[in-house]
Amino acid sequence: MSTKYFHHALKFRKEVCIGCSHCMNVCPTQAIRIKGGKAELMDNYCVDCGKCYRACPVGAIIVEQDDFNQIFRYKQRVALIPSVLMAQFPEKVSLTQVSSVLMELGFSHVYEVEHGAEVLKDQMARYINERNNDMPLMSTFCPAIVRLIQVRFPTLTENLILLKAPLDVSASYYNQMLLDEGHDAEDIGIFYITPCAAKIAAVKSPVGQEDSSITGVINMDFIFNKVYTAVKQGFIGKNTCHIPRLDPMKSYAVTWSATNGEAACMPGRTLAIDEISNVIEFLEQLENKEKHDIDFLELRACDESCAGGILTSSNRFYAVERLRKRAADAEKKRKEGLIPYNTAGPIVEYSGFLQENIEIGRIQPRSMDKLDEDIGEAMKKMKRVHELMDTLPYVDCGLCGSPKCSSLAEDIVQGHASITQCIYVQKRMEQEGSMSAAESMEIMQMIWGSEKFEQKNKAKEIKQ
Amino acid sequence: MHFEYQIEGGNFTRAGFASSEIKKMLKQLNVDLAIIKRTVVATYEAEVNVVAHAYSGTIYVDVDEKKIIIKLVDEGPGIPDIEQAMKEGYSTASSRVREMGFGAGMGLPNMKKNADDLKISSEVGKGTTVEIRMRFSS
Repeated sequence: MSTKYFHHALKFRKEVCIGCSHCMNVCPTQAIRIKGGKAELMDNYCVDCGKCYRACPVGAIIVEQDDFNQIFRYKQRVALIPSVLMAQFPEKVSLTQVSSVLMELGFSHVYEVEHGAEVLKDQMARYINERNNDMPLMSTFCPAIVRLIQVRFPTLTENLILLKAPLDVSASYYNQMLLDEGHDAEDIGIFYITPCAAKIAAVKSPVGQEDSSITGVINMDFIFNKVYTAVKQGFIGKNTCHIPRLDPMKSYAVTWSATNGEAACMPGRTLAIDEISNVIEFLEQLENKEKHDIDFLELRACDESCAGGILTSSNRFYAVERLRKRAADAEKKRKEGLIPYNTAGPIVEYSGFLQENIEIGRIQPRSMDKLDEDIGEAMKKMKRVHELMDTLPYVDCGLCGSPKCSSLAEDIVQGHASITQCIYVQKRMEQEGSMSAAESMEIMQMIWGSEKFEQKNKAKEIKQ
Repeated sequence: MHFEYQIEGGNFTRAGFASSEIKKMLKQLNVDLAIIKRTVVATYEAEVNVVAHAYSGTIYVDVDEKKIIIKLVDEGPGIPDIEQAMKEGYSTASSRVREMGFGAGMGLPNMKKNADDLKISSEVGKGTTVEIRMRFSS
């Protein structure tokens, strides 16, 4: 358990945390505990879905980001923007306007991430057709889902489609294009404007890839605030006429990151599932099967997919509507001949190179359910877990500092907790005379911090 | 260790509960993933068979460091000709069951394919007992 497998973008600020346990209760992988009145993250269980970030009432959970000024270390400063960024703004704010503010902030290039889907789409479809699997093949688009499958559904890792996500395709393209223009590799900095924490984690410790062409990650809320302030203040970009490569995206690419964006483009019977609890419910059933009617599964951790990312600012349903409108408008313009139908963007000129490098390595299962590496030890621990479960009340109240009775039982056998942390056990022990009220209080303070008990000396008055 | 799970005949919404519990247990024991997969597929098939054909049933699970034995005992119509039932495509499922995606006549052959050892005994009018054995060291 000492090996740390993942980089996490979500950081818990102890000095701000009030130990309210909201985060612990919403975590879909039971990765959070409360100790000393503060939330603690069990690194290897966390998949960076960001549910805790949303649940925290005091902003104690932050999404780590690279210092914006690091972009100036590079001569070529590329902002890779997802279509979800554009969908944050009212329609009257144009892509050119947003790009010109980004240029004003210091970027030298702006490129839309989903252009990568224009190369990826046919590769993915071919991958699915070639394999003709009994089990559905699953997209690796959402990094939180890839991690979820690694830790919770290890038998399903073999069904992941081992191709890069559009972001990595776009980053490879832009990097190569700049190299071909004669720029030195060390002068190129490619920065992704991310709507979620999972993408950051995936860039910092890529799964199935040696390294990433992406230099750094900037949080979308930061960029949104900068851009929207500038737009509101009537900023008119000086650089507007110099913005390179803002090719119109294919309609399917615009909506690629929305729910059913990928699934609508894939062959056979497809299914798109968003929101991590929905995904868990489906995968739990899928693991029992060796054959399934569905050919392709699109799985996304956030409700409404990337539009529901924790770093977005606009209402997710509204953002999706804007994405769909943009896609429909582009389609209409193509039909009216205002945008050429088949003229491929410059990324397609690189499709040969990109296709050669589109595959990623095997994604390793990292089961986190195991109680021990050694089956004999695991067996002993499992017996102990079941014995403990007979003692625990099955109410999942969380007062012990673990999210569920079963997680407390597992924490105990792993040596991280004690049975006396259970309030029901404490009450029984008090009644049996084997624990004093003072001892019980001490344990509760150890879990929840002494502060929570200090000002409560008026409890008696309140009771009356 | 010993566990027991009840199965309710005809209730497909609950089918798979015991298989999921067994799967979780094998993951906790750090059993090889390919063995988990085969165990769960065989058990799920067997569990669905009980739901589809029997009135009620019990799953008895015995697990130690080396093996798991999953015994499904049902009260039901029984299988008149086990040999025939083991053939691929043979099915007695009603159209209602087939509509739910079950009853393609692959149940028993699939169980046999996935289990290290499969024993079936049956008495017409009484019920069927299916025993799935899996060894943990491959």
